[in-house]
Amino acid sequence: MLRRRLIPCLDVADGRVVKGTRFVDLTDEGDPVEMAARYAEDGADEICFLDITATPTGRGTMLDTVRNTARNVFVPLTVGGGVRTVEDMRSVLRAGADKVAVNSAAVQRPRLVRACARAFGAQCVVVAIDARRSGSGWTVHTHGGRTDTGIDALDWAARATRLGAGEILLTSMDRDGTNDGYDLALLRAVRNRVEVPIIASGGAGTPAHLAEALAPGHADAVLAASIFHRHRYTVASMKSELATLGVSVRGAA
Amino acid sequence: MTTIAVIDHGAGNLVSMEQAVARVGAEPVRISRATDLHEFDGVILPGVGATGAAMRTLRRTGLDHALRSHRRPMFAVCVGMQLLFEWSEEDGAACLGIMGGAVRKVRAKPLPHMGWNDVIGDDPLLDPSPTPFYFVHSYVPRPDDPDVIVGTTRYDDDHFASVVRLGDIVGAQFHPERSGTAGLEVLRRFVRDCEEAARAA
Repeated sequence: MLRRRLIPCLDVADGRVVKGTRFVDLTDEGDPVEMAARYAEDGADEICFLDITATPTGRGTMLDTVRNTARNVFVPLTVGGGVRTVEDMRSVLRAGADKVAVNSAAVQRPRLVRACARAFGAQCVVVAIDARRSGSGWTVHTHGGRTDTGIDALDWAARATRLGAGEILLTSMDRDGTNDGYDLALLRAVRNRVEVPIIASGGAGTPAHLAEALAPGHADAVLAASIFHRHRYTVASMKSELATLGVSVRGAA
Repeated sequence: MTTIAVIDHGAGNLVSMEQAVARVGAEPVRISRATDLHEFDGVILPGVGATGAAMRTLRRTGLDHALRSHRRPMFAVCVGMQLLFEWSEEDGAACLGIMGGAVRKVRAKPLPHMGWNDVIGDDPLLDPSPTPFYFVHSYVPRPDDPDVIVGTTRYDDDHFASVVRLGDIVGAQFHPERSGTAGLEVLRRFVRDCEEAARAA
């Protein structure tokens, strides 16, 4: 049986894992390669790096981080942040990433999704959507959440998969950082519009939150960051909690 | 040291496979031009990307002939496994035809079939106590000859061949190089088979 996936996400800037609120008050959390290896050993089903560096030198550092991770970590690695062209995506894949997440650039130029899927296969292309509640629906935000595009998030998810996205990484901006649980209505609404796997992100606070998001008709995988950073749970302890809650996960004792 | 030719058919991430081969104690050698593959102890045909694009690269380089006439251990992974069959529904691509049958779309949703799933089978490459492996694919071979199927996987209503074997040629739909310690163990066994075949030759 296909297991539900638990994906720890690390924000990386200039070769270090950082943690902060809305890109301010960043604190150094450690070395990304070491942290990724520890998560993998602990049972992480995939690892996600989000590159929050904005400078060209930082980009080069990120590729080195990906290379060193691929040498030491033998579970799938997704890398997102700052990918704007097919060539950007090629360098990240050739450095050893398995999947690449595109966000703002895909909203601005949807053809980028098709070009990347044609070049590398849909399975490599993750379209990351930052959605915020607006009236009765949700709109797509870009540039780290600063710009409201006014585009309907459900329409964009459907269009992105038609263009070749192999997976949707769906972040609720309303829930991000709240620890109040994932936006289940958003997950259900996108599930009804797309036939590719969905990764839920934003709002994880307790094992029950992850279990709700992984229930049938919702997400196939959950992304979580702060819940692991603060050592409230390890990947292994979270998986045993999920198994107790009836979620089919890999390697839970 | 045992040498393993890793076939570069032009798409995506070869780094993971090369690093995994190195981790289990063999030397990976990236091959992107027609070469006598029998110079190596074994061949890995990795799989990222689309079958049509991969076959175009293999034909252009002449590696398709080298692979068809290969008589030493070969491990074909994911799209690489699909290339062993006659043709793929993915883009109507003619494949290597080493095994009989066609590559068809998986009959379940969502697709791709992405994540960790079980392989039930008794091939010597697999551990007797089954552990899940990492899959990411939307197509799967439907072999003509049921005897080549040595491992199977269930995804919702579909139940498909996830490991196939014809003599020293083995194909796996999952990614051993992305399946943690369980996957590295599969690669270790393949490298061991390559060593034994080299000694016997």
